[in-house]
Amino acid sequence: MHVLNETAEAPATDGAPKLGRAIVVTSGKGGVGKTTTTANLGTALAQRGARVVLVDADVGLRNLDIVLGLESRVQHHVLDVIEERATLDDALVADKRSPSLFLLAAAQSREKEDVDIDKMRDLVRALRERFEYVLIDCPAGIETGFKNAVAGAEEAIVVCTPEVSAVRDVDRVVGLLGNRFRPQLIVNRIRPHLVRKGKMLSVEDVNAILRLPLLGVIADEPEIIVSTNRGEPVALRTDLPTAAAYRAIAARVAGEDVPAPMPQQKESLLSRVGAWFGGRRP
Amino acid sequence: MIDFFRKLFGQSGSSSTAKERLRLVLMTDHLELAPDMVEAMKRDLVDVISRYVEVDREKIDVTFEQQDKALAMLANIPILAVNRSSNGHATAPVVAAAPVVAAAPADIDPDAPAGETLGAETSGSETPVVAETPNAETPVAETPVDAQTPDASVADPKRRRRRRKRKMAGAPQSPEAAPAP
Repeated sequence: MHVLNETAEAPATDGAPKLGRAIVVTSGKGGVGKTTTTANLGTALAQRGARVVLVDADVGLRNLDIVLGLESRVQHHVLDVIEERATLDDALVADKRSPSLFLLAAAQSREKEDVDIDKMRDLVRALRERFEYVLIDCPAGIETGFKNAVAGAEEAIVVCTPEVSAVRDVDRVVGLLGNRFRPQLIVNRIRPHLVRKGKMLSVEDVNAILRLPLLGVIADEPEIIVSTNRGEPVALRTDLPTAAAYRAIAARVAGEDVPAPMPQQKESLLSRVGAWFGGRRP
Repeated sequence: MIDFFRKLFGQSGSSSTAKERLRLVLMTDHLELAPDMVEAMKRDLVDVISRYVEVDREKIDVTFEQQDKALAMLANIPILAVNRSSNGHATAPVVAAAPVVAAAPADIDPDAPAGETLGAETSGSETPVVAETPNAETPVAETPVDAQTPDASVADPKRRRRRRKRKMAGAPQSPEAAPAP
């Protein structure tokens, strides 16, 4: 029902800047890996050469800067720009490891209610004029922070872990988003060996319920914890299957026809025998 | 033997429990989040039932509850009068309101005992009756109206009613009202 409003704004006049894509990364439930996903997907897109800005919309609980390892370089934040205390150029933090990646941090000492939703929409619009991808890291919940984060976006990526609570929340968020955002799914923190043993919901189980286009699956990888500790997104690594998975997701976001990444577990003899007796596959 | 290996390799995992819980909770969520849909369904339900009996639209109560592994819809629809013919005219109004209990569990047990409450027999809310529309006048017209009321009022509105097949020749009414041919 909102589709008309969105498509109507496509500028047909010559010389008008081609707008980038504004994608909100959301989930409803907290702690499923929205921020990690945003940081890694942004890094992987920038590594492909795209101009990317990551917007931390979690006002009051700023975290994206930490995950990216850019916390010491944040001078201004989203609200400074919205309230015209700083220009966009002042506030954008360049990520030196990925030359075309920038961060717009959230305000830490403010509240989500302080954000003017119309100005947030204008800000995202302004960013779309300068960047190919505007990835918005949405706060948990479905209240003001969610609404502000979603306001300027035109696409959504939903992050879901294989848990009942996370699937339920994603289901709710997808319902709230409606068709306009064409939400796509990333299943995060899959443990293939648990899925095989029937102790964890599989990707198929999750998506049998959500029925969303699957962008990819990320394994529950200890290196992600290490990388968060260090402030170095795993997508920068070349030796990890998880990094390759983020790169594949980035390629799919960019429209390349590559298969959705699926974590593989090395099959032990025992698990093969188990599979033979009716075991599941991840 | 196979079972032993299945157990050994963890087939009795908790993911199936998670799946089942998720399925049910989402069904409940979706109903709660779509009050418009529930209202529309209620309206349609009543429209269909009204073709056969006159119901008290104000007092219709539709609820959902979890029954074992299924979500059941419980509809309590008070009947004001029973139409004598199928063309919508209430020629033999019965003043006493008889609650009609229509429960539709999502998993229908084909072996369920027939006719646990009289609601099934009086209401016309049962799906098979709707399918029988061309013949609907037969069972309704032959039914002694006053025979329905006392039984119906006894029916526990929360009691689960099972669907059953009805024979076209004459829908089985309550035993005392219309003994089986």
